[in-house]
Amino acid sequence: MRTSMLKSILTVALLMAGASSARAAASEADFKAAYAAAEAANKEAAALRNQWTTTAAAMAAAKKAADSGDFDQAVAASKEAEALAKASIYQATSEKEAWKAIEIR
Amino acid sequence: MKPRSAIHFASAALALAALALSAAPSAFAADTPDPVADAKAFRKYFTDKFPKVKLQDFVNGPYSMNEDLHRQWEEKEQFPPYEFSLDLGKEMFAKPFKNGKSYADCFANGGIGIRQNYPTFDEKEGKVVTLELALNRCREANGEAPFSYVKDEMAALTAYMAFTSRGKPFDIKIPADPRALEAYQNGKRYFYTRRGQLNFSCATCHVQSPGERIRAEVLAPAFGILNAMPIYRSEWSGMGTISRRFVTCNSQIRGVPLNPQDDEYRDLEYYLSYVSNGLPISGPGARP
Repeated sequence: MRTSMLKSILTVALLMAGASSARAAASEADFKAAYAAAEAANKEAAALRNQWTTTAAAMAAAKKAADSGDFDQAVAASKEAEALAKASIYQATSEKEAWKAIEIR
Repeated sequence: MKPRSAIHFASAALALAALALSAAPSAFAADTPDPVADAKAFRKYFTDKFPKVKLQDFVNGPYSMNEDLHRQWEEKEQFPPYEFSLDLGKEMFAKPFKNGKSYADCFANGGIGIRQNYPTFDEKEGKVVTLELALNRCREANGEAPFSYVKDEMAALTAYMAFTSRGKPFDIKIPADPRALEAYQNGKRYFYTRRGQLNFSCATCHVQSPGERIRAEVLAPAFGILNAMPIYRSEWSGMGTISRRFVTCNSQIRGVPLNPQDDEYRDLEYYLSYVSNGLPISGPGARP
């Protein structure tokens, strides 16, 4: 009983490990989707005339990783780029009124 | 609650409400651009913040903020690093274009002693025209290729034109044209708007922190910040124009810079020059 229980716990643990490693290995399609999302957000930041250099750097890093076949890194960098682009959009939107707070009057 | 304290409470609440209401119209009024009041407040802010700095000395940027730097600068002025550029600018300015005309034909007073009037608002175009832009337009109108806005030839030409205006106070005009006022207001908004990953506005450094150090640099006050342009910067190992200054400021705060002479930069130059009206042109300058 005790041995069979240990065996089943081990099996579940191995299965989980296998599943998580399968999740971690991103594909080219994952990269393309993540990169497209970053690109769309950065385009929106450009329309607001407020792109960040760090967004462009993260997108370049994503492309470089994808070119070398490291899609995990490519997806991670794309997601970072998307987050940075979204932060720049938030900044531009909130600054539409917030700038007045520091104006010399 | 006793009736008496209830009355006190109610009157306090009414007074607060009245205060809030009286504050509301002034907040609304503040949204209507008033360049004259802005310039007055701008000057007062800096002269109050730095009571020991002589008014004319604000144009010397970081040197006006720090005695040691001021002494270094005075020595540097014996053999100014912008001299080569100034000589080149003088030569270029005098040399005719292929069609026989020259820069002098494009400007009032033959281009001599007019730097303090730029940027101007062109009512035909409905936009701000900077000296750099006017110089390239002059070249293109005479069949010459435009120069890069950020350094070398453009810096040399503007250095010479600034030199012929040295000591003349900035005299920027905002004509009675709603588009001019809008351009001024857009420039002001750009100046105070935070951007880049570092979340800095121009004002973060040049209003809130002039005289403070940012790494090895001493920050210049915004009041009179364009009067010494173009400048030789040791950091650049060369000359740079106003366009170069705006572009690098944006990059330093991790923002993607706009193109030189985009509307935002033209409007920013208009605003910054207007609020420094009365301060003398001191360009070309040298900065650490």
